[in-house]
Amino acid sequence: MTRRAQMRNRPRVPLLKEIPLLIWLVFLWGALWQDFSAGNLIFGAVLAFIVANIFYLPPVELSGRFNPLYAAGFLVRFFYKLVHASFEVLWLSVSKGPNIKNAVVGVKLRSRSDLLVTATGHALSLIPGSLVVEVDRSTSTLYLHCLNVSTPEAADKVRKDVRDTESWLIRSIGTREDLDVLKAEQALAGPPSGRQADGAATTSKEVNP
Amino acid sequence: MSAELNDLIVGILMLGGALMSLAAAIGLTRFPDLMSRMHAASKPQVLGLLLFLLAIAVQFESWSLLPVLVVCWLFMILTAPVSAHMVGRAGYRTKHLRPELLTIDELDDVVGRAQELLLQSRADGTGDADEDEDPQVDDDPGAHSQAGSLDDDSSAQTAQGARRPGHSPEG
Amino acid sequence: MMSIFVVLVAVMLSVAAAGAIFRIARGPSILDRVLAADVLLTIVGAALATDMIVNRNLDYLALLVSISLIGFIGSVTVARFVTDRR
Repeated sequence: MTRRAQMRNRPRVPLLKEIPLLIWLVFLWGALWQDFSAGNLIFGAVLAFIVANIFYLPPVELSGRFNPLYAAGFLVRFFYKLVHASFEVLWLSVSKGPNIKNAVVGVKLRSRSDLLVTATGHALSLIPGSLVVEVDRSTSTLYLHCLNVSTPEAADKVRKDVRDTESWLIRSIGTREDLDVLKAEQALAGPPSGRQADGAATTSKEVNP
Repeated sequence: MSAELNDLIVGILMLGGALMSLAAAIGLTRFPDLMSRMHAASKPQVLGLLLFLLAIAVQFESWSLLPVLVVCWLFMILTAPVSAHMVGRAGYRTKHLRPELLTIDELDDVVGRAQELLLQSRADGTGDADEDEDPQVDDDPGAHSQAGSLDDDSSAQTAQGARRPGHSPEG
Repeated sequence: MMSIFVVLVAVMLSVAAAGAIFRIARGPSILDRVLAADVLLTIVGAALATDMIVNRNLDYLALLVSISLIGFIGSVTVARFVTDRR
C-alpha cells in the first residue's frame, strides 16, 4: 500500500515528454532482436512503457527545439574531428611520447542546460586535445585537460574550439533562450571568438538563470 | 559489389581499426602521465570500434544488421567519455597528475582562490556550509608554473561563481 | 588477399594487447591499470569482430554490444573508490 502511495506521489511524467525515451527503447528492442516486424515492435513498445513507468527516472529536459540541418552539420564536424583526434593522438604518441606538455583549461559555456553541458562534454572528450576533468555545474564551466598545449595561444584556440562545438550544439538542440544569446553575441562580435564572447556569456546569466 | 572489392574494403577498414587499437596501446606505453594516457585510451578506441563495425557491415551486406551496429557504437560513444571523465577526475583529485608536465592549470588557480576565500570566510566566522566545489586542494600552488597571461577575468569570475551560495540550480 | 590483411590485423592487435598488458603490469597507479584494462577489453572486442568477419558468423555480436555497453563500469567503479578514499 505504501509503495503504491509512493508511486502516486512521484511527479508524473507527461506522456509527451516520455515519447523520445519510448522511441529509443523500442528502437533498441528491435535492433537487439534484429527484427523490425510490427509484432515485435508492438511488444517492444508495451515493454518500453512498462519499464519506463516502473523503473522511474527523472525525465531529461529536452528543449523542444531540433534543427536537423545544424544537427547534420554537427555530426559531420564531429566525425571529422573524431578521425582527426585519433590520428593526432597516434602522431603525438609516436613523435612526442614522453615529452608531451599539457594544460588544464577552464572554459565557460553559454548554456546552463544540463543536457547541453553534458552533450558538449561528451563531444569534447572525443574530439582533439581535450578531456573533461571537472565540471562546475553552478557556472557551467568545464575544466578540460588538453593534450599538447604549451602556450596561452594554444589554450585560446582550445577555448574557441570548445565554444564553437557548443554553438553547433545550441543551434541544433539548444533552447530558444540559448539560441537568442548566441545570436546576440554573434551580432555583437561578428565571428565568435573566445575572448570577446566571454562578456556576452556573463550577461547570459541574467537572461537565463 | 564484386567479392574482390568487398574484401579489399573490409581489409582496409579492419587495418584502420587495428591501427587505432595500436595507437591506443602506443599512447598507453609512451605517454608520461595518467592524463595523457587517458587521451590515448579514450579517443582512438571509439574510431577503432567504428571501423570494425563498418567492416562487419560491409562484409555481411545486410540491412537488418545495421541498427544493432549503430546501437553498439552509440553505447561506446556514450560510455567512453564517462569512464574517461571519472578516471580523469579521480586522477586530478588524488594528484595523480604531474604538475611539471602542465603548462597551464586554471583549475588549480580556481581551487586555490576558492580555498583562500574559504579560509578568509572561516576567519570572519561567516563561512557557509556548502563547500562542495572543492576538489582536493593543493598545498603549494607555487609548485605549478603560473603562466603570466592567463585569462584572469574568467577564472576570477569562476571562483566567485563557485563560491556564491544558492546560485546553483536545484538538482 | 584477405589472409594478408588478417595476418596484419592479428599482428597489430597482438602488439596493441601486449602494450596494454605492459601498462597493466607496470602502471604506477591503480588508475593506470584500470585504463589499460579498458583498452585491453576494446582490443578483445576488435579481435571478436575480426573473428566474425573472417569466419563469416555473427555469434559474438551480442557480446560486442555488451562489451561496449558495460565496459566502462569497471573503470567508473574503481575511479569512484579512488576518489572516495582520497
